[in-house]
Amino acid sequence: MTQDDTARLSRILAPTRRGLFAIGGGAAAAMASGTAFAQGRPAGRPPEKPRGQVVIGLSQEPTVFHPLMPGIEVDQGVWWNLFSTLWYIDPDGKFVPDLAAEMPSQTNGGISEDGLTWKVKLRRDVKWHDGTAFTAEDVKFTLDLINNPNFRVRNRVGHGLVKDIKVNAVDEIEWRMDAPYAPYLSILSLTFMVPKHILSTATDPNTSPFNNAPVGTGAFRWGSRTAGDNVQLVANPAYHGAGPYLERVVFKYIPDLTVMYTQFRTGQIDYTGISGISPNFAREAQALRGRRVHVNPTASVESIAPNLGSPVFGDKAVRQALYMSMNKKALIDAIYYGLPTPTESFLPAQSWAINAELPKHEFNVAKANETLEAAGWKRGPDGIRAKDGVKLEFANSTTAGNPVREQAQQVLMQDWKAVGAAMRIQNMPAAVIWGEFWQQSKFSSVMVAVNYMLGSDPDVTPRFSSKAIPAKGGRGQNTFQFENSRVDALLETGATQFEQAARRTTYGQIQRIIRDELAILPIFQQVLVEGTKDNLTGFKPNINTSSNCWNVREWYWAS
Amino acid sequence: MAPYLIRRFGQAVLLLLVVSMIGFAILHLAPGGPMAQYAIGSNMSQEDLDRIAQQLGLDRPLPVQYAEWLWRMLGGDWGTSFRDGQPVLHVIGSHLGATLQLMLTATLLAIFLGCWIGILGAIRRYSVFDYLATIGAMVALSIPTFWFGLVTIFVFSVELGWLPAGNRETVGDGSLLDMLHHLIAPAMVLALVETAIWSRFMRSSMLDVVNQDYIRTARAKGLPRFKVLTRHALRNALLPMITVAGLQMPTLLGGALVTETVFTWPGMGRLFLDSISYRDYPVVMGILMFSAAMVLIGNLLADMLYAVADPRIRLG
Repeated sequence: MTQDDTARLSRILAPTRRGLFAIGGGAAAAMASGTAFAQGRPAGRPPEKPRGQVVIGLSQEPTVFHPLMPGIEVDQGVWWNLFSTLWYIDPDGKFVPDLAAEMPSQTNGGISEDGLTWKVKLRRDVKWHDGTAFTAEDVKFTLDLINNPNFRVRNRVGHGLVKDIKVNAVDEIEWRMDAPYAPYLSILSLTFMVPKHILSTATDPNTSPFNNAPVGTGAFRWGSRTAGDNVQLVANPAYHGAGPYLERVVFKYIPDLTVMYTQFRTGQIDYTGISGISPNFAREAQALRGRRVHVNPTASVESIAPNLGSPVFGDKAVRQALYMSMNKKALIDAIYYGLPTPTESFLPAQSWAINAELPKHEFNVAKANETLEAAGWKRGPDGIRAKDGVKLEFANSTTAGNPVREQAQQVLMQDWKAVGAAMRIQNMPAAVIWGEFWQQSKFSSVMVAVNYMLGSDPDVTPRFSSKAIPAKGGRGQNTFQFENSRVDALLETGATQFEQAARRTTYGQIQRIIRDELAILPIFQQVLVEGTKDNLTGFKPNINTSSNCWNVREWYWAS
Repeated sequence: MAPYLIRRFGQAVLLLLVVSMIGFAILHLAPGGPMAQYAIGSNMSQEDLDRIAQQLGLDRPLPVQYAEWLWRMLGGDWGTSFRDGQPVLHVIGSHLGATLQLMLTATLLAIFLGCWIGILGAIRRYSVFDYLATIGAMVALSIPTFWFGLVTIFVFSVELGWLPAGNRETVGDGSLLDMLHHLIAPAMVLALVETAIWSRFMRSSMLDVVNQDYIRTARAKGLPRFKVLTRHALRNALLPMITVAGLQMPTLLGGALVTETVFTWPGMGRLFLDSISYRDYPVVMGILMFSAAMVLIGNLLADMLYAVADPRIRLG
């Protein structure tokens, strides 16, 4: 045994707190701040030819490779590298043409004045991975496939309005919309094009061999898949954009977050993708040599989602009192290591439509008690309030086995006990809670992180329109059962406005009403703690894409 | 033996049918479903979810779904995974190799070490070795596997840097040496518990035998101690081990759920866990039927081996 080994063994026999963190034990120290822990960024230029590989750790396994079929965020991370969209939204919120030659707008005539006719000019230098040229026929085929009733498409929001698709030339396509719909620009920024010459020959579009050997126009081509372990993509030398600079990308499935962090620590993975580094490891990760830790905001907002159809949460005074008696700061500092930022809106702070003027949360137990008293909720002998025979007690549910959320629930339970509200914890496995229980509003209240936007558009019609309540036969995800005629009208207006300034005003008003009504009790905008090796260059978090793997084509190893 | 085999085969088919009915009912009646994974984090409405559920056939009455599944199963079609759209048999097959590699290594290691410790413990009963082996086995059986796995990673990967912290191979390497390097830690963790089980069974079986009259007779005849042990005691003591080995077979192919998760080993155990959490009904049913068939085959093989190893047993 070498001297080095002896020193290591002595560390094992007397483990440090850092060591205990690595095996999942020990409580972590409070985090100092919620900023990114960037160390020195190495300089360097992208290589002339693709070089090296990057191993991306994911806590969920990518299994869906047809980019129009139902998939989750990890699948989308792979899609971003295999396929292309007509345009995408960069980290600054700007639309960037990709397969399109330019962005269609009312100014350049790409979108007609009435918003009903869309004309898109395409690039002529794009090739599919098998060498076939990409044309307007592929765009038409993609839009038709989405609307094919026999195809198991993810969703048809916006696409359902598309009619009379015409291919004007190999590089120009035109269609009409049933109604003007501004969010469609954003929806198309997340709609990947698929090859007509391959998929049109499939007898069943749901079970085509393409699903497991996809062909796209992205910076990387399909390599291989070892089920339950990894997916490998290789550089596409004929890519139409800048890059790729890596020879190979490996998406490695590591289901346990502690193990994922350990593999990041030992250098087996180069980037911790979804779900990143657990907050309790963030401080330790910051001190690792040769690693960089990024605290990146996501588009999801963590909140208490009340069921407004229940007698308790149907009373606005209850929602106000519960919000006032929630010690948000303590919750964020103690449970989430101070990493996320508190929010009042359902939109992320980075959205162009954010209303920064919303009333700030005030932690005031006395005022919360007064509000309940004034609304007729009187304390009983057991300290729990009641009104008209209805006790102020309710369940709160979240995904079972999420220790951080479970701790947050316990803190809230204490906070709300102080105002005479009895909360009980009723957690369930993911497959149970997010099924009918959530979809059909069978919950009392839920602790949940939701990305309310439609792509990166602030249109929240599916979430807050009174016509989007599934429990009442609506078509949407308004599981809170929020109904407000003013919001309904504003949502209709916003969807037909193409001018961003006008839309900002409309969605600003919607945010104000949702905040005043407390349709949700917003806690914070979620952050993702991610780690990269120090010399991995080009990593650029983007809140407007569903995955921070959106630009692997720009990644490279600094020498 | 033929009538015996035919009878056992008939019983097996009936048992598999019952297992499939119970498994199908429990799986589908449990709350939640495969659509839940899309309800959060995607912009899929209830209408989208209903449409996909209908396309997957999940909206039909349960007996109809079961009858269809059974009919296809009898025709050799085990269904298609909801998660990755691959045939279930292909999904199982793609995870089986990793599980076999890990489980066979761990089991062979455990049989060798377990039998040795058990025999030595029995012939040196109440010795220091026997006490240490007993305590060691109890500790090994009491340690949660995930904890032992994490400690192994912490010690040998994080601190000492001797072994990789999981995975079956280094991506892009795939050499035999690399695979063996990755195999050491999970096989060691898995073998620990298995060794404890085998050593306890072996010790107990050996103790039963060494106290028999014929062993005393053999000793009285003046046979050397080694010969008494190997020719008379060991052969008889190993008989019950056949049953243990038969029962091990489904575990061998079913994978080790915790170890595979901790060491990111892409085997059957992890596949089962993932399929359950996603409610991937066709894959869960496939694994269930596969495991049930393995239990039956394992038992049948054990019975047949018994007849071969022990001339007193006649099958019929």
